[in-house]
This record gives sequence, structure tokens and C-alpha cells, in this order.
Amino acid sequence: MIEQFIERASSYAGDIDFLFDLITYMVGFWFIVAEGALFYFLFRFRRQPGQPTTYVDGTDKKHKRWINVPHFLIIACDVVLIIGAGNVWYKIKQDLPTQDATIGIVSQQWAWTFVHPGNDGELHTDDDIRLVDELHLEVGKTYHYELTSKDTLHSFSVPVFRLKQDAVPGRRIKGWFKPEKEGVYDIQCAEMCGIGHGVMGATLIIHSSKEFDEWLAQAGTPGKNAKVLAAANEKNPRPKD
Amino acid sequence: MTEATIDPTSPKAPTIGSRIRICLFSTDHKVIAFQYLITGLLMAIIGGYMAYVFRMQLAFPGEDVPGFGWVSPGHYNALVTNHGTIMIFWVAMPVLVAAAGNFLIPLMIGCDDMVFPRLNRLSFQIFFLSALVLIASLHVSGGGFGGAWTAYPPLSSDPDFNLTPLGASLWLIAVALEFVAFLIGGINFVTTTMNARAPGMSLMRIPIVVWMIVIASILFMVSVGPLIAGAVMLLSDQLAGTAFYDPHNGGDPLLWQHLFWFFGHPEVYVVLLPAMGIVADIIPVFARKKFFGYKAALYVTIATGVLSFFVWAHHQFVAGIDPRMAHLFTATTLLISIPIAELCFLYIATLFGGSIEFRTPMLWAIAFLVEFLLGGVTGIYLGASATDINFHDTYFVVAHFHYTFFPIAIIGLFAGIYHWFPKAVGRHLNETWGKIHFWGTIVSFNFVFIPMFFLGLGGQHRRIFDYRHFPDLAGEGFQDMRVIATIATCVLIAFQIPFVINFFHSIWKGKKAEQNPWKATTLEWSAASPPPHGNWKTLPTVYRGPYEYGSPDSEEDYLPQHIEPNT
Repeated sequence: MIEQFIERASSYAGDIDFLFDLITYMVGFWFIVAEGALFYFLFRFRRQPGQPTTYVDGTDKKHKRWINVPHFLIIACDVVLIIGAGNVWYKIKQDLPTQDATIGIVSQQWAWTFVHPGNDGELHTDDDIRLVDELHLEVGKTYHYELTSKDTLHSFSVPVFRLKQDAVPGRRIKGWFKPEKEGVYDIQCAEMCGIGHGVMGATLIIHSSKEFDEWLAQAGTPGKNAKVLAAANEKNPRPKD
Repeated sequence: MTEATIDPTSPKAPTIGSRIRICLFSTDHKVIAFQYLITGLLMAIIGGYMAYVFRMQLAFPGEDVPGFGWVSPGHYNALVTNHGTIMIFWVAMPVLVAAAGNFLIPLMIGCDDMVFPRLNRLSFQIFFLSALVLIASLHVSGGGFGGAWTAYPPLSSDPDFNLTPLGASLWLIAVALEFVAFLIGGINFVTTTMNARAPGMSLMRIPIVVWMIVIASILFMVSVGPLIAGAVMLLSDQLAGTAFYDPHNGGDPLLWQHLFWFFGHPEVYVVLLPAMGIVADIIPVFARKKFFGYKAALYVTIATGVLSFFVWAHHQFVAGIDPRMAHLFTATTLLISIPIAELCFLYIATLFGGSIEFRTPMLWAIAFLVEFLLGGVTGIYLGASATDINFHDTYFVVAHFHYTFFPIAIIGLFAGIYHWFPKAVGRHLNETWGKIHFWGTIVSFNFVFIPMFFLGLGGQHRRIFDYRHFPDLAGEGFQDMRVIATIATCVLIAFQIPFVINFFHSIWKGKKAEQNPWKATTLEWSAASPPPHGNWKTLPTVYRGPYEYGSPDSEEDYLPQHIEPNT
């Protein structure tokens, strides 16, 4: 159901959407049962002349059954959801697949800096490519990220990836994503970080393999970023305000 | 407020001086309850005004808001922060725990006053002071604190980051003072209920609302200690240059999150339980039915209370702590749905076989169940760790917790006011205006928060003051939803005007209420309306449980707790 409101652009977005649907069916069932019983009783037992009230205190086994059976059914639903949620969580947050590249993400009041490893494929070396508020990724590649913060808490949130991770000063937090759809999307900060929190956004640009190589070749050369970015923006025009 | 002071011919006729003395120093539990209620309602007006301003900003970004002016990002942050803080700590807590507890506990268990009446007075005075400090924090140089009501450091601990050096400290002092007030009040509630019950009022004859307030007070007292310690550390980080939460000097910002949510999640149940208790006590009266499964309700409430101490980290799934802990907290969080679902089932089962009359208190009580169920089931999405990755800090969360807190703090409060107003004041509220107020509030409430579920599905975050900065996410349809929610907010606020008029008009001009207008069974209805200082001339004796409706032993359809059985 979520995909009708926002696109899926990562390999695990579908898993989260599936879990969402599973929960919706289960809680939807209980919600309809409970509201249905409530409204039926309100109608059926409304005050009418000649219909006296009954004296039931809920200690009779025959009556208690109506509470106990749903009670155990809810436990069963909960177990299914705990297992389902655990599996998806394990896939997204715990089990990091082998990466094609690692991206450094540095958050600060109120900007994102994305660090690409450059030609040598290693972070924290001299040929790192640093870009502010723009993240370029290649579709179909698996990325690890290393998320840090320079000042307060921030949260790296990419709704089309269904990904969110807080950045904590003093910690280097690792995770992964694998973009699967080309396009231009929004990155937001999701944790209150001061007066600029509402404008702490960044642009996510997912390129095809060829485009990405072109971008990388020229992004490594100082002074040419602007031109390549303009080309990328032209190809994927941003929606109007 | 005694009969003697109302009678002008009495030698104790009230002078202005005696009225002021009553306001400032009365230790009567009913006066203190009334003061808590009025203070809470006044704070609700401030909180509602803040909601109006930031909703207008979201619907019509950048334009001047009538009655406020241009909203800067700093204003916006301070408004959402203080809206949350006020609505939870200065509205839900005083009206549900303090006002309901103070008014109902002595009257329902059959004693003349709280066991520590002076402590009770002190509790209100500290609470009132805390409200003044909070209001002051909005008007100091730098402006009010804007670091969200959770006040995560280092944003809240370092003025270089939050830019509100005075506002942040005053905000924190106000919250800490408020905790002290409720600690004192909680001691009073628990001690009174355990020690001052009328003869015959055994533990299993105490009305459910009193049990729930007592359990809520215990939850509060057990959970708030760590947070008060946390608040002192945060204050010294702000003012004395310590580094409890500063990672560059050996501290850890996540420590605060644990202390805050270890309190913060039980706090949800601290305000939920009194509201559920109020509803539990209203439904049997208007359905003319004995409560279905009194002991079961009590035990699942205690189970909820115990479980609520083991769920706090579901607020921190993506906070950067070890991802393995998510499984444990998902399990406990989903398990807590069981006792709460069971409570709701018991309420619905109570309606079965009844003779339901739809008076205003009953309408509010039913609306509580109808709306709270939606708030309850949407919590599952957020308790399940994997979907929370997507929904954390989105409008889905905002919609979810307003579907719990609005039924609790507003619907539950109005259910209680409409039900006990005749007892507290001795006059009836107007039924017609009550029903207009009811339908206007409930319908517009749903129009405020249903759109927010869809905004959350669309990945829209809370605390973003202007979505035009996110071109991909700021779709046309989403802006329409924000406008709908904002208009509904204005309608919702406008429909509170009939209530205010009805409330004050009925205090002086309402239809006189007899001693037991709803034909209810619990002890408070055996006192005069309004009850004098000391409540009863001779304290009542209790002979049976609290909900004997439709009892075969009585000729009428109810048997009050204090009526002697004719053997």
C-alpha cells in the first residue's frame, strides 16, 4: 500500500511494504471485528421500552470464552508479526551484504556531506570526492555507508529507500542500501537539529551505469562538477514547486 | 465551598478575603481538583493556540498567520516543542491524574479528604509555579526552547546548537518542577487509597477508575526518578559546563534518550489509565450493566503497567544503538497490545445485554473506545521494528499518537466533566449544547488526523516547517491534505466555544442536579451535590461491589454500594 504514496527505489523497500501490508491485514481484521461488535451492541442494546438489562458479571466460563479466545488469537498474530518484523529488520539493519563501494555521510547543522571513495576505492584517502547536499549513486550497486555527525543528532532519511538512521556525534554508524531505480529523489533530516532542521535536505541522484561513470570521471576533476551536475539535472528534471 | 460559606445569612458569610484564602490555602480535595482542572484547561487553550499557529504555517507556508504574524523556523520549532510539552505535562497530567484523582478518590472510597491535605496543597502550588515558569520560558530573550519535547542532547544541552540559552534552561526547570508536583500528588493518591477507605470498601470493591489512577501514580513514581536525575544532569550540562551528554568529553547523548524514554513510555500509560478508568466507570452507568470482568480488568491493567517498563527502546530503533536489541523491544511492544486489547474487549462486552442510554457522558465514553481503537492498532506498525524504520518521525507517528492522546486527554476529560459536573457543581450541563460540542469535536478531530496517516505513508516528516524545500516529496495532493487538516483544526477549536459557554453558564444558571442524577451505584453519588467540606455528615459504609446494575436483589435496576442489604 505504501508504494501508492511513494516510489520504491531500494532493494529492501519491497520487504518493508510487504510487512506493512501484512500488519494491515491483521490489525485491520481486529479493528473491524472490535468496531463491528461495538456498533452492533450499541444498536442492538439501545434503551427500548420493555427490554430490561441483564445481570452478567463476566465470571461465568461460558461468557469468559468470548474474551479468552480472541486473547489467544491476538497472541498468535503477535508472534507472526514479531517474526516477520524481525526478519525484515535483520535484512536491513544487521546483515550487511558485500559492498561494491562505501560512502561516507557526514551530517552537521544544516548540511549533508557525501564522501565518495574516488578512483582508489578507499575512503579517507586524498582522492575522496566530497559533495555537499548531493548524493550520486549507481543503480544496482550495493553500497555501505558510514554515518557520522559533527555536532547534534541528525537522521539520514531516504523515504524512497524506506531507510532511516540517526547520526550520533562520537559514533560511526554503518549500514547499507542498494538503489534499484534511476531518478532524482529527496533526502531529509528526520531528527530535530535546530532552526535549520526544516531545510536540511539533500538530493539523491541515481544514475545508470554509464552516466555514473561519466559523472565519476569528471567529478574527480576539480572545476568540472558544475557542468556534469547540470547535465544530470537536465536528464532528470526536478518536479516543480 | 461548604454550604455554610455559600449561605449569606450564616455568620461565616464569605468575604473577599475568605474567598482568596480558599483559593490560595484551601486543603479541600475538591477545591484543589477544581484548581488543577481550570489550570489544565487554561494551558490547553495555550497549547491549542500553538497548534493553530503551526497548522496555519503548514497549510499556508510563509504567509502571516492571523493572531500571530509571520512564523520563522525558530518560532515553528518552539511552537511544536511547547505544544507537545504543554499538552502532555500541563494538560493531560493535571486534568486526568491530578484533577480526576483529587476529586474522585476521596469521594469514591468514602473518606473526608486526602490523608495529606497540606501536601496536596503544596503539590498544586508547585504545579502552578511550574506552569508560570514554562510560560516565562516562551518570553525570554532568544525565544522559547525549540529542540522538540524529547529535548535530545547535544541540541538541548549546548546553547551554541539550540540558540535558546535561557529558553532551554527554563523549559527544563519547568518540567522538573512539574515532576516534583506530581510525585507529591502520587504519594497522596496511593496512601489515601490504601489507608482511608470506608468500612466495607475492600480492595475488590474499589471502583476501576480509582484503581487505574493509583496504578498510574505508582507507574509515574517508579519511572520518573531516573528522568529527574537525567534532567539535573542536562541542566548542569547547560549551565555548569559538565559533559554528561557531550561525546567529545566522555559523555554520551544516548544516555538521555534511555532516561527519557524509560520514563516516557510508562508516562503514556500514566495518562491512558485514568482516562480508561473514567470510561470504565461511565459505561456501566449508562448501559445499566455490571462491568464485565472486574478482576480481569484489574489484572490486565497491572500487567500493562509492568510491561510498560520494558518497551521504552521502541522509540530508539533507529537511534544508533545496537540493532540486535530491536528484536527484544519489538516482542515486548507487540505483547503489550494483548492486555490493552483485552481491556477494550471487556468494555465492549460490558455493553452486551445492557439498556444503553446515549446521554452526553456516554457519547464521549463510546467515542473514546471508537477512536482509541484506531490509535491502538496503528501502534503495531511502529512497534514492529522494520516498519518503524520507515515511519519513525513521520506524520504517521503524529497521527498515531494523537489518536491515542486525543481520546485520552480530550475525549476522556470531557467524558469525565460531563459525567461528574452535576456532582461537583450541583447543576447540570446543558444536554443539547453538550451534543453539539460532542459531534463538532469528534467529526473535526477525525478530519485533522486521518490525512496525517496518508502524509506519513508518503514519507512526510514531522517538524518540517515548510515542505516547499523538498520538491520531490511536496506533491500537490499532500499539500491539499495539509490544508484539510488545518481547516479541521480551526473547526475543532471553534467547537470548544460552546463548551466554555455551557460550562460557565451551567455553574451559575444550570438546571439543579439532585443527589444521584444518573442513578449510579458508586459512593460519590451518596454525598450531597455539591459535596460539602468533609463530604459526608457521617461517613458511609460499603456493602457490595461498585457496579451492581440490573441486580436481581433490587427492585430498581441498581443497588448503590452504601445501601444496607435488607436481610
